[in-house]
Amino acid sequence: MQPPGTLSSFKLSLPVFFGYVPLGMAFGVVFSTQLDYAWWLAPLMSLLVYAGAAQLLAVSLLLSQTGLIEVFIAMLVLNARHVFYGLSLLEAFKGAGWRKPYLIFGLTDETYSLLTSRSRTQDRQHEQRVDFQITLMNQSYWILGSALGAWLGQAVVFDATGIEFALVALFIVLCIEQYKALQSPFPIWAGILSALVAVFIFPQSQQLLIAIFLVCLALFWQYPARKHLYINSSQDL
Amino acid sequence: MASEDFYLISFILVAAAATLTTRLLPFAFLGKQSHHPLVQHLGRYLPAGIMALLVVIFLLQSGHWQQPILGLDALIPAGLVVALHLWKRNALLSMLAGTACYMLIQQSFL
Repeated sequence: MQPPGTLSSFKLSLPVFFGYVPLGMAFGVVFSTQLDYAWWLAPLMSLLVYAGAAQLLAVSLLLSQTGLIEVFIAMLVLNARHVFYGLSLLEAFKGAGWRKPYLIFGLTDETYSLLTSRSRTQDRQHEQRVDFQITLMNQSYWILGSALGAWLGQAVVFDATGIEFALVALFIVLCIEQYKALQSPFPIWAGILSALVAVFIFPQSQQLLIAIFLVCLALFWQYPARKHLYINSSQDL
Repeated sequence: MASEDFYLISFILVAAAATLTTRLLPFAFLGKQSHHPLVQHLGRYLPAGIMALLVVIFLLQSGHWQQPILGLDALIPAGLVVALHLWKRNALLSMLAGTACYMLIQQSFL
């Protein structure tokens, strides 16, 4: 029997399909045009690492034969935002059993956005199945795109300049969806201002992390005024 | 195994370990705290804040900001995405139109 909701999971993940296939292709093209490795190593990296920005950074680190300790630190810093992503899903992933390790492994920016934006019922087991399907579909799009791109990159020449804008467009769409769900402009403004401060004061390699730190500060600042809203669901904290 | 291949395989494993570490941390250390009001507050509002800052950072990297373009090569496609999405609320349509518009501008005018 078909597990319930496979089709609706697919529909939910469809925007990521159109973001990940072209973006994965961009990574694949860069990988196979800049490096001398076999093309299938690009999808292998997508299978095991599965982080868009980090994989693009990985190409330049591989090019300069960077030491593995530096690689570890660079990846840790670039992906540090994921630490905060998990916070929103602690409750949703609770008791997910064998699905949980993969749900955590697959928590990319886009998967996080989809899982936190979608409406949830009371049936947690069902929702975790849907989360799992979405995560699995998203990663398969990413692997598919990077395989296609890496293969095409060594086989064909084409002008894909600007295709990476799909990522920006996806973030804009998700931002609008978040705003509509929350009905509060505060986090949006906090995010915009944090990004501007980070971009104008800090070097590019640190901007993302600094901006995330600033937006967290803004939310900490807002927290005392909102605390009473969450008290009902907490016991003694 | 050639040392080149050994380096690449170690590289991929190290990158995978670093990425997984960042994703695993909150679940490893904050699992018991998910009812804490601060965790709920961050969980509720952080996604919107992060989306907004990702938009700004990637948008700034996508455009040419010097005279005379002033970032219009990124702002026009971004505006198109916003307008289309507010109008039709079809994620796919908004993204395809915005990306096509950006590619057209980058390939034919710049």
